[in-house]
Parts: sequence; C-alpha cells; structure tokens
Amino acid sequence: MFLNSLLPMFLGAIKYTIPLTLISFVLGLLVALLTAMMRLSKSRIVRTPAVIYVSAIRGTPLLVQLFIIFYGLPSIGLTIDPFPSAIIAFTLNVGAYASEIIRASIQSIPIGQWEAGFTIGMTKSTALRRIILPQATRVSIPPLSNSFISLVKDTSLASLILVAELFRQAQEIAARTFDFLLLYAEAGLIYWVICFVLSLFQNKLEKRYDRYVAK
Amino acid sequence: MFLSVKGLAKSFGNNEVLKNIDVEIKEGSVLSIIGPSGSGKTTLLRCLNALEQPDKGIFSFSDGLIINFDNKLTKKEILQLRRKSGMVFQSYNLFPHKTALENVIEGPVIVQKRNKAEVEELARELLRKVGLEDKMNLYPHQLSGGQQQRVGIARALAMEPQLMLFDEPTSALDPELIGEVLRVIKDLAKENWTMVIVTHEIQFASEVSDHVIFMDGGYIVEQGKPEEVLKHPKEERTKQFLDRILNPA
Repeated sequence: MFLNSLLPMFLGAIKYTIPLTLISFVLGLLVALLTAMMRLSKSRIVRTPAVIYVSAIRGTPLLVQLFIIFYGLPSIGLTIDPFPSAIIAFTLNVGAYASEIIRASIQSIPIGQWEAGFTIGMTKSTALRRIILPQATRVSIPPLSNSFISLVKDTSLASLILVAELFRQAQEIAARTFDFLLLYAEAGLIYWVICFVLSLFQNKLEKRYDRYVAK
Repeated sequence: MFLSVKGLAKSFGNNEVLKNIDVEIKEGSVLSIIGPSGSGKTTLLRCLNALEQPDKGIFSFSDGLIINFDNKLTKKEILQLRRKSGMVFQSYNLFPHKTALENVIEGPVIVQKRNKAEVEELARELLRKVGLEDKMNLYPHQLSGGQQQRVGIARALAMEPQLMLFDEPTSALDPELIGEVLRVIKDLAKENWTMVIVTHEIQFASEVSDHVIFMDGGYIVEQGKPEEVLKHPKEERTKQFLDRILNPA
C-alpha cells in the first residue's frame, strides 16, 4: 500500500505542489518588494494602499482567501481554474508577509550606507539597488526561508479547491482504501522530506552571504 | 574663491543648529572647523553636500554654479552639488558587501559610467597612495579602523571631486591608528586639494590648515589663520574650549 500510493503522491508533488510553491513564491517576492517600497514611501497616498493590502491579507485566513477566489468570484462572472486560483491566492499571501520582512530588512541597514551612496553621486534608486538591497538580502534570508517552507505546507490547502496536489492524492486514495493513518502519515513524511531539503539550501545560501560579515 | 556660502541657516524642529553662517572656501586651501559637540560644525559640513538640506542660504561656486536654498532643491540641483565634493565619514561607512577595491570603483563605474578596467587601474593607484596596496581584495570587516578610513578616503578621491569633506575622520579610531589617517590627509593638503575638515585634533588642525573656524551654539565665534585662532585666540569661548581640549585632566 505504502509503495502503491507513493507514486501518485510523488507525481502530485512534482506536478502541483512544487510548481505551485515556486511560482507563487517568485511572484510573491515581486509583489512584496513593490509593497515594501510603497510602505517606505514618504507619500501617504502611495503608502496607504500597501498598508491596507498587508492588513487585509494578514487579517484573514488563507483558506478564506482561496475560497473567495475560487468559489466566490464566479458569482460576479469571474471563473478561474483551480491551479491559477491557487497561484493568485498564494502569491497575494506571500506578497503581504514577505513585504514586512523586506521592509524591516531595508530599515535595518544603517542610514550611513545610504549617505555613503549619496556622497558618491548615487540617486536614491541606485543606492537602493547597489548598496541597500544586497545587504538587506542577507538579513532577510532566514525569515524569507521560513515563509518559503511554510508555503510548501500551505499548498496542501489547495486540495480544497480541487488542485490535484500531494495531499489531494492522499485523500483520494484514502477514500478508496480507508488507510487513513498510513496515507496521511506518508503525505506528512513527503512534506517533511521536501522541507528538509529546502532547509539545506537555506544553510548554503546563508553561508554564501555571510562571507563579508565579521564572525 | 572656490565656494562662498552666505546666510546659511538650519533648524531641526525648534532647535536652530546653524544661525546665519557665512563661510568662504579658497581654492586649494584647507579649512578646519573646530568647536564643542552640538556647536553645529558637523551640520555645517553636511550642508555643503546637501546631506542636510539647509533652510536658507546661497552657495556660489567659482565656476558660476549658484545653489539657492530658499526654495527646496530639485533632484538635479542636489546631484550637481554632490558631484562637486567627496566625503569621508566619522564611522567610515564603507560598503560591507564589497572589497576595498570594489568600494573604490563603485562610484566611478556605476555613477560616472567610466570604463571598468581604467577605473580599476586608478583605484589601485589610489589604494597604493593611502598605503593599502596589499589589502585591496579584503572586505571592510577584515581591515582595522585606520585602514577602513583610508579606503574611505580613496573611495571619495576616486570620484575626482573638486572639494573633499572630512567629518571627524579620526574620532572613531584607536589612538595608535590616528596618525596613519592624518598623514594621508596631510599628503592631500600638500597636493593642494581644497578641503574642509571637522576635527578635534587641534595639533593636526594647526599644522594642516590655512584657515580655522571656531563654532559654538550655531555661530562662528572666531576665525582666522591657525596660529591666530589656535595659539592666540581673542574670544573667551575659544580660549575655554582650547583649554578644555588641550588640558583634559
């Protein structure tokens, strides 16, 4: 049973869980960077939408967001397939949480670094790109890795909007065989393996970025 | 006259830090600014490259550029002003994610868009000049404070500014490292760089400066040649300050 169910679950991970995680995370980081920049803006008009977006996403359950997009939007004529619905929901979710990480990382860089950039003639955007963001990236790797690993597990929620990912495969097989304990434990084990591998990558990345920091 | 500053004023909230200051900076000369902490000397220096935007005042440069602070500066004016000067910070502010050499070439390559190979050549020469030819590929955290500050000087020089600004360049250094930084600044003075130096090193100021300003409470209390201001001050406040600095115990 264990081996028979391994293949469909594995395929579910390869075809849905992992692509869903990767695509949502990359798009989410872009949204997060934009949101962080908006929140750091001097202009209130620019800041406010970002503040509301972050507050709304952090203040509502991810499952509710998924259901609004997949089951809710069709009533106003907007029908989105399961996989893109999941991508949208997870992207918005990552965007909000990661924007706070990026904002805090940027603000953790001493003001003297901006000033040093200005005194060699940099504009704000050049200083951000060349001086601040590379340093903020190092600061943000551990918390962003956390978000990434959480996202891997959160994608199991997509099973509830009919995405045939890892956990949905487990549910479907279990519905036929009633081997609930075995199948759900097996699903958990696969998530664990994926997350373990990811945390190895995180360690490597942190080491690479630590080379310019005093030990 | 390289730069003439008229009517410079700056407040932080209700705190008037600079009160209607006039300063003249001669081409190829060294101007030192001394004074107690809170006197406004660092703010004055930081106004010269608009790291602080003055509330009032006019800068007239010898090449005809005029910057009037009565209106808020445009981004273009700020960049124009910053291009004129290089700055050396009290806390060095080197870019920690870049090696000494990368720190020096960053401005010329990224901002001035100069040829990278040529700039690297220039950067090597500058680092040799400040005595760091064997440290070029080290990161700032691998350098001592004095070495970091010399990289900071090379980084500013690489932009080929017309004016060098020093904000208490030795205040963060251990006593035994101060000399190596002051020597580099003296060498620049010999090469007739136009410089403004905020410092607490009275002996150094008297050796290197052509003109000394003593500030207190947002005003220029006294100014003149170093032997006048530092050896024979006329004002009581200048005397008291020098006495406190030269006889600390």
